[in-house]
Amino acid sequence: MRWVCLLLPYLAMDAVLRTHADPTCPLVLITGPAQRRALHSVSPAAAALGLRRGMLVSAAQALTGAFVPHEFDAKLEAQARDLLATWAYSFSSQVSLDFAHALVLEIGASRSLFGDWPALSRRLRAEMTDLGFRHRIVAAPNPHAARVLANAHEEIGIDEPHLLQALGQMPIERSGLPGEVATAFSRMGMRQLRPVFELPRETITRRFPKSVLPHLDAIRGREAPPLRYFQPPDRFEALIEFDHEVETSQGLLFPLRRLTSDLSAFLSSRDGGVQRFALHFVHEFHPTTVIAIGLLSAERDARVLFEIARSRLDQIRLPAATRALRLVADDLPSFVPAGRDLFDTRPEHAIPWEQLRERLRARLGDDAVHGIGLHADHRPERATGRDIPRQSPPDLPQRPGWLLERPIPLRDMRFEILSGPERIESGWWDEADARRDYYVIRTSQGQRAWVFCAPGNDGPFLLHGWFA
Amino acid sequence: MGAVLALDGLLATRRVWRGQSVGRPASAPEPTGHAALDLALPTGGWPEHALSEVLLPADGMGELALVWPTLSRLTRAGLRVALIAPPYRPHAPAWHCAGLELRHLQVVETAARDAMWAAEQCLRSGACSAVLCWPQKVDDRTLRRLSTAAGDGQCLGIAFRPLREAANPSPAALRLAIEPSDRSVRVLKCRGGTPPARSIALTATAR
Repeated sequence: MRWVCLLLPYLAMDAVLRTHADPTCPLVLITGPAQRRALHSVSPAAAALGLRRGMLVSAAQALTGAFVPHEFDAKLEAQARDLLATWAYSFSSQVSLDFAHALVLEIGASRSLFGDWPALSRRLRAEMTDLGFRHRIVAAPNPHAARVLANAHEEIGIDEPHLLQALGQMPIERSGLPGEVATAFSRMGMRQLRPVFELPRETITRRFPKSVLPHLDAIRGREAPPLRYFQPPDRFEALIEFDHEVETSQGLLFPLRRLTSDLSAFLSSRDGGVQRFALHFVHEFHPTTVIAIGLLSAERDARVLFEIARSRLDQIRLPAATRALRLVADDLPSFVPAGRDLFDTRPEHAIPWEQLRERLRARLGDDAVHGIGLHADHRPERATGRDIPRQSPPDLPQRPGWLLERPIPLRDMRFEILSGPERIESGWWDEADARRDYYVIRTSQGQRAWVFCAPGNDGPFLLHGWFA
Repeated sequence: MGAVLALDGLLATRRVWRGQSVGRPASAPEPTGHAALDLALPTGGWPEHALSEVLLPADGMGELALVWPTLSRLTRAGLRVALIAPPYRPHAPAWHCAGLELRHLQVVETAARDAMWAAEQCLRSGACSAVLCWPQKVDDRTLRRLSTAAGDGQCLGIAFRPLREAANPSPAALRLAIEPSDRSVRVLKCRGGTPPARSIALTATAR
């Protein structure tokens, strides 16, 4: 069991259905030339209405009018395949998209990390279901066998000793052979693969097309053509197009959640985070609205990303209804999760500081949250910085806890001087020359204030801080 | 009515008033750092995971001296303290001299409109150990929200408000008023005990 095949029988439909808020809507995908529009695929709800794949649209409309038509888009299907491949990349570095409607990945090397087959299978299935894709899952010693076995089994893991037996029981029409070859075999009385395996090789070469023998060899693991492996992209871009214009920002939340969770799946497969990303809102007659979102530290948690994106969306007013929503992330630095204590007892609503900080910044502005640093400068207005310096200065004179943004004239005239003057004279070198005599005073109200006046004078005083 | 509550536990949480002075808990969870004040308060300090109120006659009346020992203790333990929309710029040298580890101090600057929202977020998040805010004109409902948020986030919330608010009731677990004359504090309300009648002079015991 070294290879897993994830067969995606409803990929095109699932790719559309997962962007819909209501997964039970009777959705059908339509394709074909204008004269002969036919159903490409139908959702489970539509199938329950009696609609079938390949049915003409006119026939479907005669049957029921209650379905939601949607244009089949091969691009969307390819995008979904890429997303799944990126997701699978977090399990294995050998992921291939060579088979149609399927994804194969090597798991032999990942077993020690992810556990034995039942555990891994459970996990793969759960994550696939979360992503919104129906699937069948088969593990086999080689990728070709896994692909063929997926035609007949919903979920199975086959070991090397049982491979020939399992393959031998495969019905001939599901063995991955071309249709006319399968028909020829079954007319010869061979309904399963076992008798085919027993045929002499030269007979097969002589009587059947050239591709048959390599296929039979490949599924038995004798001589298999190498697969092309998937390389995950270095940037993330995903687009959800709406079949109608979305007027409210409430309506954008579901697609937004889908995009951010896709981004999160992409990031965890790269073991990376995202530092900045952009949301593009495509409008019909207006230029696209772009919201750029920058984070202070790399993030990859789906909930955090969604919440940040949502709070930015709440703040803006879109000029027109939205036709499509695109998420683009170029800046993908590595992600270092914050260390947590195992026995940390945290309240239920607890969120880490990073998430809280981003939430505050999203609503209050990028500069709203900052630290305090002590800078070695005698001028009080320059002694406080926003960044944290490496070392703290030694002894400091008595200073007030509050400093006014800019000094204001002292209006109180009945004050009492407690100490002073203390002269501060500095900054002749950087255009902000300061020469002041500072006093600590007690105002008539009982406040302790820090005031200054020009050197040598005893008034007028300017209030610069409070000893609170 | 199936739950059986231990009497000791019920008394220890100070939800039940006994009408007579009870023994002080051996160690207070959130000492204020002012010996006389700690002695006068039933919890031996700030009420844990709750909102406290400090009422000021004017700015610069010793309100920072009141909270600095607490903030110093928290930041030195590596816990985060958030100041939400402080009325003036914190002057780093003074805060440093008061013994605070400035690395763990965060300032959130915002207009008054969003300040209460930010304070509630910080209190509820559990990411801060103490949140200081300066509500100006707020109603009882906002204070109640802050108070609940402090409980949810297990955070020490301190709200600084003008002294004229002393006349209005408040959901805060502890209300202290700073006396204009001599920098002492008067306890207006403390959950789980009778407020001491006389005002208490502030003397920091330890940094």
